[in-house]
Amino acid sequence: MSIELFAATGVGMTYPGMSRPALTDVDVRVDAGRHLGIIGESGSGKSTLARILLGLQQPTTGAVTYRGAPLPRTRSREARDFRRRVQVVLQDPFASLNPRMPVGKIIAEPVKALRPQWDASRRALEMLADVELPPDVAQRLPRELSGGQRQRVAIARALAVRPEVVIADEPVSALDVSVRAHVLRLLRRLAAHEELTIVVVSHDLGIIDGLCTDAIVMTEGRIVERGAVSDVLENPTHPYTRELIASVPLLPPRPTQDEGTHHVA
Amino acid sequence: MTLLDIRNLTIRIDGRTVVDDVSLTVGHGERVGLIGESGSGKSLTSMAVLGLRPARSELFGSVRVAGIETVGADAAALRALRGKTVGCIFQEPQSALDPLLPIHRHLVAPLRAHGMLPRGAARATAIRLAESVGLPDAASLVRRYPHELSGGQRQRVMIAMAMSTTPRLLLADEPTTALDVTVQARVLQLMSDLVSRSGAGSLLVTHDMAVAASQCDRIVVMQSGRIVETGTPDELISHPRTRYTAELIDAAYATGWQPRRMREAVSA
Amino acid sequence: MISRFLRHPLGIIGLVLVGIPALAALTSLVWTPYDPLAFAPADRWLPPSPEHLLGTDAGGRDLFSILLVGAQSTMLATLLATAIAVGVGLPLAMTTALASRRIGLVLERGIDVAIAFPTLVLAIILVTSYGASLWVSSLAIGLGGAVVIARTMVPELRGTLASPYVTLATAGGVGVLGILWRHVLPNTAPTLLIRATQLLSVAALAEAGLSYLGFGTPPPTPSWGRTLADLQSQVLVRPEVLIAPSVAITMLVIGFALLGDALRDALEPDQAAAASTRARRLTIRPTPETVTA
Repeated sequence: MSIELFAATGVGMTYPGMSRPALTDVDVRVDAGRHLGIIGESGSGKSTLARILLGLQQPTTGAVTYRGAPLPRTRSREARDFRRRVQVVLQDPFASLNPRMPVGKIIAEPVKALRPQWDASRRALEMLADVELPPDVAQRLPRELSGGQRQRVAIARALAVRPEVVIADEPVSALDVSVRAHVLRLLRRLAAHEELTIVVVSHDLGIIDGLCTDAIVMTEGRIVERGAVSDVLENPTHPYTRELIASVPLLPPRPTQDEGTHHVA
Repeated sequence: MTLLDIRNLTIRIDGRTVVDDVSLTVGHGERVGLIGESGSGKSLTSMAVLGLRPARSELFGSVRVAGIETVGADAAALRALRGKTVGCIFQEPQSALDPLLPIHRHLVAPLRAHGMLPRGAARATAIRLAESVGLPDAASLVRRYPHELSGGQRQRVMIAMAMSTTPRLLLADEPTTALDVTVQARVLQLMSDLVSRSGAGSLLVTHDMAVAASQCDRIVVMQSGRIVETGTPDELISHPRTRYTAELIDAAYATGWQPRRMREAVSA
Repeated sequence: MISRFLRHPLGIIGLVLVGIPALAALTSLVWTPYDPLAFAPADRWLPPSPEHLLGTDAGGRDLFSILLVGAQSTMLATLLATAIAVGVGLPLAMTTALASRRIGLVLERGIDVAIAFPTLVLAIILVTSYGASLWVSSLAIGLGGAVVIARTMVPELRGTLASPYVTLATAGGVGVLGILWRHVLPNTAPTLLIRATQLLSVAALAEAGLSYLGFGTPPPTPSWGRTLADLQSQVLVRPEVLIAPSVAITMLVIGFALLGDALRDALEPDQAAAASTRARRLTIRPTPETVTA
């Protein structure tokens, strides 16, 4: 039996001054262990939904609960508890890290705030190892790192407090293809290892297919399709989903199926 | 005479070599893809075709377009080349279009610049061009301003502008990277149709292997300023000759998505 | 960063131009050739000589000594005004940036209106109520500068507050104070520093102006602006006496301005790296130029 983590019902979001709502009548459920993919293009409302789930944005209508309780609004013990359980990774590796803070402190910061009884600097070093970065990176500043390395630091920071859920908004879209493959493998490994549930927001079907078990498809603020990832991608019913899938430029079928061995740089 | 003949192109910025001895060709009607990750030098190479180079850079080698050398060419020769023999489409349409001018002014600008616009035909030509790229409600759309159009529509305007002078070579630098997937598919299809109908050659610069594989007859792979490998999409995918290309292909398949029917068809 | 600053010739000049009055002020604390307040009517209006480098004024007082001591109040007032400007302006900017949309809008408009209010009128009002003094003129200039600082810093702060890394810190459990202290201040400090240095230049000129009008340090304490006012009656007879205080004021004003420019250029590359988001991943935008082989 799956534990319900997130439950959003009837969520709508209209920003002041906008002609059409960013979200309309969104119902989503995230269960423990079932990685969810939120598929959509720009303007679909997928990022808005992510922000609402994270409690960074209040919906204009509807309700969101986490483990049955409404998302805490003010700074309180409940709020800290929620932040400890739900973490986030964002798209832009160049803007996700404070340019004036050394990497080690960046990773340690949430630990100090949310797990005060832990040794934050030691945990930061552990996390660096987990994301396959050498320990001396802890002293460096973000600008000395490549995009892929920065994104790994962002992942390390998100996982440092040992959350239950990580919401990742386009986690690899800003990265070069070869780096993407590495980070994707890393996320898969960490998700399995840490008993983590991942929510991936992306337009990239390959990433969703690679990480998620369930998926919802969004366009213009509404959910138009949902189900297991394989069902949604292989047997789409909604015309938008069909169009989306048909639009993806495909590589020709690979003659030698060799997914197990990857040449590692 | 090859349409585009780049020989031993080397570009240095502040003493650093960013494009190293690059040679490639594009034949008439041939669609060539230039693929590479960030820092590969692919954009710089394509810009050299137009005689454009960054500030404080030195350029060596030869770049011939339809027999005309661009390296060391004077401004007049380059002007005749740009927009007429070579049409170009860039990644960010919002910075390429002057926000103060309505669309119809943009559409006819290349024709006007090369003296190819008959008197009094400006508005009609603009509408015709807009229709040629599938822009809906062309007559009223051309009166609007760039910010009123969507990203995909703006890119179509760029394509119309690029193709309006019936160029012999179409240069496209990451033309769909900033667009949504559904829009990308339509824009790529449009480019492909227009190019094949006009018999122009094209050089498509991209980081997306799937896009290159589906749009190009031949792919050139660049890394750190050098050409690593050249071949047809099938050749590169089934028999990559260099380790870098093999890694690139592996990564593309690892992060890309394929419908099961394709995967199963192969292993069957 | 310091090396980058040193490579900027104008910055060095600025440093020197500011250093001279600063040195003068510091030196005059312990020593001046003559007592600038000593009344010596016998030595009235002496021309420049080895004994009196700049000559004497109507009361026989050594002009050089007057200028040296005057540097004290000028520099003090300038620094004080700027300190008030930052001390009031920065919290004001932070409040505006952190406030809700409506309150923030009201505050912004308030700041805009306050900027339009002439500092001179404010100075007059304060002087009328509290009498002329260094504190009053500094306060007037400081308040005028505060709203300018606030105006510049509000978008800067808003921009930083909207950055992904601040959002992520919030999601990481960091409170408002932590965000301001660890994330916002370090990243907006360069802009603040540059603006403050530019403000020093404006404050120096404003201070000289107010002193000239008699709103600054009252007599007998020397100040450059008032010295200019005192000597101006001589403009037709011996115009050269006006040169020294004018040059002194100009040195300070231009010096701070150059320092501000050099600081901006030195910190800009840092800022560029700090602010860069997609900058690195975008394709290079070549400048259309004639290609040379």
